Parts: sequence; C-alpha cells; structure tokens
Amino acid sequence: MSQARPQTAKPYTFIGKYVFSRNHKVIGLQYFFLALTAALVGSAMSLLMRLRLAWPQRRWPLLETVFPGGFGDGLMKPEFYLAMVTMHGTIMIFMVLSVAPQSAFGNYFLPIQLGAREMVFPRLNMISFWLTLASFLVLMSALLAAGGAPIGGWTFYPPLSAVASAGPGQAAGADLWLISIGIFCLASFLGSVNFIATTLTRRTKGMSLARMPLTCWGWFTTACVSLLAFPVLFVACLLLFLDRNYGMSFFKPAGLVVSERFIEGGGGSPLLWQHLFWFFGHPEVYLVIIPVMGVISHVMATFARKPVFGHRAMVAAIVAIGALGFLIWGHHMFVSGMNPRVGVAFSVLTLVIGVPSAIKTFNWLGTLWGARIRFATPMLFAIGFVSLFVSGGVTGLVLGQTALDVVFHDTYFVTGHLHLIMGVAAVFGIFAATYYWFPKMFGRKMNESMGKAHFWLTFIGVYAIFIPFHLLGVAGHPRRYADTLWFEFLKPLEPLHILITIAAFVTAAAQLIFVGNFLLSLWKGARAGDNPWEATTLEWSDEASNAEGLPPVVYRGPYEYSTPDAAKDYSMQTEV
Amino acid sequence: MSSRLLAIAIWLTAIITVCLFAWPKWRLPASVSAHSAAIDRQFKITLIVIGFGFALTHAALGYAVWRYRAKNGERASNSSGNARVEIILAAITAVVFIALAITGQRVWAGLRLNQAPPTSLADAVRVEAVAQQFAWNFRYPGADGKFGRTDPRLYNDADNSIGSRPGPLGIDPTDPAGKDDVVTTTLAAPVNRPISLALRSKDVIHDFYVPALRLKQDAVPGMRITIHFTATSEGRYEIACAELCGRFHHQMRAYLDVKSPRDYEEWLKKNSK
Repeated sequence: MSQARPQTAKPYTFIGKYVFSRNHKVIGLQYFFLALTAALVGSAMSLLMRLRLAWPQRRWPLLETVFPGGFGDGLMKPEFYLAMVTMHGTIMIFMVLSVAPQSAFGNYFLPIQLGAREMVFPRLNMISFWLTLASFLVLMSALLAAGGAPIGGWTFYPPLSAVASAGPGQAAGADLWLISIGIFCLASFLGSVNFIATTLTRRTKGMSLARMPLTCWGWFTTACVSLLAFPVLFVACLLLFLDRNYGMSFFKPAGLVVSERFIEGGGGSPLLWQHLFWFFGHPEVYLVIIPVMGVISHVMATFARKPVFGHRAMVAAIVAIGALGFLIWGHHMFVSGMNPRVGVAFSVLTLVIGVPSAIKTFNWLGTLWGARIRFATPMLFAIGFVSLFVSGGVTGLVLGQTALDVVFHDTYFVTGHLHLIMGVAAVFGIFAATYYWFPKMFGRKMNESMGKAHFWLTFIGVYAIFIPFHLLGVAGHPRRYADTLWFEFLKPLEPLHILITIAAFVTAAAQLIFVGNFLLSLWKGARAGDNPWEATTLEWSDEASNAEGLPPVVYRGPYEYSTPDAAKDYSMQTEV
Repeated sequence: MSSRLLAIAIWLTAIITVCLFAWPKWRLPASVSAHSAAIDRQFKITLIVIGFGFALTHAALGYAVWRYRAKNGERASNSSGNARVEIILAAITAVVFIALAITGQRVWAGLRLNQAPPTSLADAVRVEAVAQQFAWNFRYPGADGKFGRTDPRLYNDADNSIGSRPGPLGIDPTDPAGKDDVVTTTLAAPVNRPISLALRSKDVIHDFYVPALRLKQDAVPGMRITIHFTATSEGRYEIACAELCGRFHHQMRAYLDVKSPRDYEEWLKKNSK
C-alpha cells in the first residue's frame, strides 16, 4: 500500500487548522460536536412532545413566551406537537445517528486504524462536513419559517408533504426540510466515497483486510451502503421539490382536493415516494447500526481481554446485513396499498435478516464467555447495547410478519421497536465510543464515577421509557397522535404516558451528567497515557499517531488478547 | 460489586419485561372479527418464541457479566470462536425465524391473498369509505347495487346532510346509479356478514384502523383499495386514522356500528331518504 505524503504539510492559519480544516481528526471532531449539539436539540424537542402527551390540557405560559407560535392560551397546538415529531425524528436520524457513529468516529479513527496518514480526499472530506453543517442549519431554519416547521413526520409522505395548503408548516417549512435533506444526501455521498477509497487504498503495510479491526469493517460497509442509498433519497427529495414548486406531479394523483381546493396535475403516485424513501430509509437503519456494531465488538474485545468470538462470522454478518438491508424496504409498506403478494417476499426476507443479527448477538456473548471483564464505563455501555439490541431486535420478528404488522403498524409498538434498536442502542454505541476514545481524542480520561452514574440512570431510564411504548402499541395506540382525548380506547392509557414522561425527564437529566463529565474531563480529566485501556489496535500505538513518522507496519490481527505464552495479556498489531 | 449489580439489573429487566407482556392487562383489545383469531394466535406464538429468545440471551448475558469479571492476574481464555457452536446456533435461529415467516404468511394469505370465497363475496355488503382531512365518509350503493359516478370538482363539504347530492363525495347528479346512494358518517355493518370495504381518499393518505377488528389499511388518494372483514359481535367500535394526515390527525374518529340484520336494514332505510 502506497503512503502519500501528508497533504497538510504547509503551516496553517487558525482558520485553516480548526475551521476549514482538511485534517481527518479535526473534521471528525467537528462532526462529533455537530452531532452532540443536534442530540441536545433533538432531545429537548422530545421532552416538549412528552409534555403534551402526559398532560394534554395543561397550560404552559412560560413555554408560550419561548414559542409564541406554537402555543395558544398556554396550550400546545397540535401542529406544534407534530412539528416537534418531524423535527425530532429528522434531527435524530440524520444529524445524530447518521453522523456520530460513521462521520465523527469514522473520520477520526478509520485512517488511524488503517495506518493511513489521512483520508484519500482531504478537501472532499472538508466539503462533506461543511455541507452537513449547512444541512443542519437549513433544517433548523424551518422552525422559523412562516407557518412553522413541517408536520408530516420524518418520512414526509406526499400528498401531505406535496401540497403547501395541506397543513401549517407544509409551506416554506417543508421546502426547507427538502433542501436540508438534499444537502445532507450530497454530504453523505461524498463522505462515503472518501471512506471507501481510503479503506481500499490507504491500508498500511501488513494491514490485510483480514487484519482490519471490526470498526473499519463497519465503517467500510456503511460507506458502501450510503453510496447506494443516499442518491435515491436525493432524487426523491428533488422530485418532491419539483412537485411542490414547479408544477410537476410525480407524487400527486389526479383529482386531489386539499382544503377545499382542487389541485391541478395528476398521474403521480403517492406510493412511488414510499418506495424511493424506504429504498433509502431501510438501509439507513443499518447504516446507523453497522458502525455501532463495529464499535461494540471493538470495545468488547478490549475489556473482555479476549479475541472477538468468530471474527470472520462477524465480518460476514456485517456484510450480509448491509446487503440484505437493501431487499427489505417494503416491510414499511405492508398496509400502504402495495400488492399483498409483494408483502410476502419482503416479509420473509425481513425475518431472514434477523439471522445475521442473531449471529452477532451470539458472538458478543461468546466474546464475554470465559473473559476477564474489566467493567470500565465504555464496557458498561457495550453490555447495555447488547441488551438493548436484543430487546429492540426481537420485536422486529413481530413487525416483520405482514399479518401482525396489520395490527401494530403505525402504533407505539413500532415507535418502541425503532427507538430501542435504532435509537438508544445506537446511542449506547456512541457513548461507548466516546468514553473509549476520549483519551485518544483529548489526551485525558473521562471521570469513571460520573460515567457509571450516567450509565446506570440511562440504562434503567431507556427501558422505563420504551418498554411501556410497546404496551401502548399492544393496546392499539396510534403513533403521532397529539393527545389521547378523542378516543375511548386511548383514555385508559393516559397514566402510562405520564409514567413515560417522568422517565424521559429523568433520563434526559442524566445526560447532563454526561455533558458535564465531558466538559470537565476536557480540562480536569486524568492524563491518559498512549494506551490507557491496554488495547491492541493502531490508534493506541504511538507510531500510528505520530503524523510525521514512518507509517506503522502491522504484524498481527486486531484482537490478540490473552495469548497464552505472551508476556502481557495483549499484543499490539505493530508488535513483531 | 458493580458487575454483580449489572448482572442482577440485566436479569431483572428481562423478568419485568416478560411479566409485563404476560400480564393480562396488556393484551390486544377484545376482537370482533372473523379473521382476528388467526392473527391473535400468530401473535401469541411469536410472542412466546421471542420471549424465549429474549429471556435466554438476557440470562446468558447476565451470567457472563456475573461470572467472568476480571480477577487479579488471571488471564481470559484465548478462544477466538467455535465454528460448531456458531453453526448450530445460526441454524436453530434460521429454522425458527423462517418457520415464523412461513406460518405468518399463511395467516396473511388467509387475510389478503385468498380473498373471501366467491359465494360469500356475492353476499357481501359493499361499502365505500372515503377519507378526508379530518373525517370519514361512508357510501352504500343503494337498491341498485351500483355506486354513482363521483367527481372531485363537485365535492361539497358544506353540504353534510346525510344522503345529499352531490355532498362531500361529489356524486354526479347526472348519473342515475348515484340517485339512491347512501352517504353517512358512521359505518354500519350487519353482524356475521362479510363487508367489502373500498377505501379512497380525497386529499392525503389516511388509514382505516379499527383495533377491535385487527384491521388497518391505508386510504391512498388516486387508489381504490378493497378490504374485507366480517364483524362477529354487535356493538359500537371506534374507527381511527393510523396514517399521519395533518394537524387534527388525532381527532379523526368515526364509529363502526355492528347491528343485527334487522336493525341494519332499518338503519339503511332511514338513511336512504
């Protein structure tokens, strides 16, 4: 593998070094702080939603002064609730879950773990980040648009999203949403090109594919998935934008009458959007969770002091999940009006993708079997992840069956499922990664006691929030309802909403421990050495982190822990 | 110490979750349709299967956390895998998951693929459900058994009087087939008789959702989607919208009135003036 000279050789000004930086580490951190900011905003929005769900008739004059358009007489308007639904989903899925595991940690650690000096296209990397930031700002500006943010949910189904008069927020707010997501698609696409090229061409001497850490396999597979998925969403957003603003009719059928106004046009299909959207949207789920799976395996091996159980099966499972992820989008459309025969194929394939996911679970358990586990904070979150991954995964076997999806589709059962498997499981991966790599990124360790408190409150908190979601779903509670007051069958469920809201506020408060720990540790954290966790991969060897030195040479696989006759219980990849 | 606590937390999580799902309070609503028994049985089977998987993995995870904590100077096992165990576990999983898929598809086929047999379909009550922001309209074809032509340009939402022309559905007054159509805001159905319900929408996507019927189907503008059900128990049931349709999505309620055949005929007569 050839090693290009670092392209960042000439001295840089402050702006060149920290703002418009082409350095993969700086860009990784920029992505990280973007995701952290977005996560705080998105969580705050979910708390607003929880307020209305728990106490639909309570007045909040204080909140009205903050959001004058969203409240009337202190009551939260339903359109404000739905705007929060849309923005929470969009921010969390795009700006947090698609950014933190892949773009943030991937940018920082992929080159280092491969023994590369830099990404192949540093300038492209910089552009990717700035486009992502622009996308975030455009999305946030939708909150200030006339009529407010869009109310159509993150799935943005037309015709609701195709006709400006279909509701408040469906005018300028919806256009801004489409522009934002279009930009995001572009950024992710460019980013994935960089990841793929770097993985294939910049591995250092000795770093065969078989010796790549599972994190790199995760980032690489995810980049391949992104490369194929995001362009489809980009096109869908473009077509919808044309529908809305230039008299086109890709998604609008003939004879539409919205708000007593006849909509000209016709020949479009609302289902076309759903196919395009979910052709992206389902792989999206996997491009969130695959890099997290890599992180979990990586962290688990380190703290179990054991090689990853079934390393090759783990790689195969990641690749299989990435590939199969493209064949099951139709399971979001079982009740959409799609031909029920098509549902059969999607249903069977959906249950099939459960098999590689189960293999991953077995192998994480296998990694713990016979281990000597060190219970540091990253490991706690990794173990928590396995629990959440199973809890969120098994309900996929319910929803993947067409006949049962008829019962649970668009109920809180789905919301609970997706929040466990895609939301908090991925967030646990992000936390594990943050605690694990903080010493590498900032030279200090995060505080362990605060980390443990954070883990315990979050672990119990997320279960207290999301298991009741499933119970609401079993009782038939539809999702995206601004309150429970209009249906007799929903009224008895109100106490559960109150319980969930309380759990949500406690869990959110626990995240302040994390933020506090993060900021405090930046200044006061105990100095970490080069390899504080006694790990094996290149990010912990000083050669790899020395940008001016010679490239490291790799002699070993990624997870050689507890080799019987070795002097230490770990052998670094650079050790002969 | 903290490892023991974590193991206990993992086990407790599993136990509490399994208990919650086994608790009779959190069952599906009482079912009132002919097809729901098959769905409920499939759900029960699936729940038992995933309950086992969930409990076993959490038992194992808790055990590993309890048992394999670091001890001074001791080294972990160097095992990097066991192909046999791996293959056996994967094979068991594959068999269970695919068996679930197949049994699930049998239920689905009963619901949607092998439509109700022709004899009972001929006997079916044909109704059209037309959704709009934020209300449901229902139309019965009247004595001639034919739905009159509709035209979106004739929609007249202000004229909500029952049986009106052209009314909220824009029934073309020049079409004789539409003269005797009955338009209502409540869906009435005779008990134990198959209903053939054609779903349409005037504006955005809605979803016809009756929890008690185990029935959910999108109403998509530009499409006419027909579903079938047979209600088996008289009474009044709530119809909700299950696809986000705008600001008052959560208020889009109508009723399904399942009546005795006589009451149904009377109701129909009363509404056809």
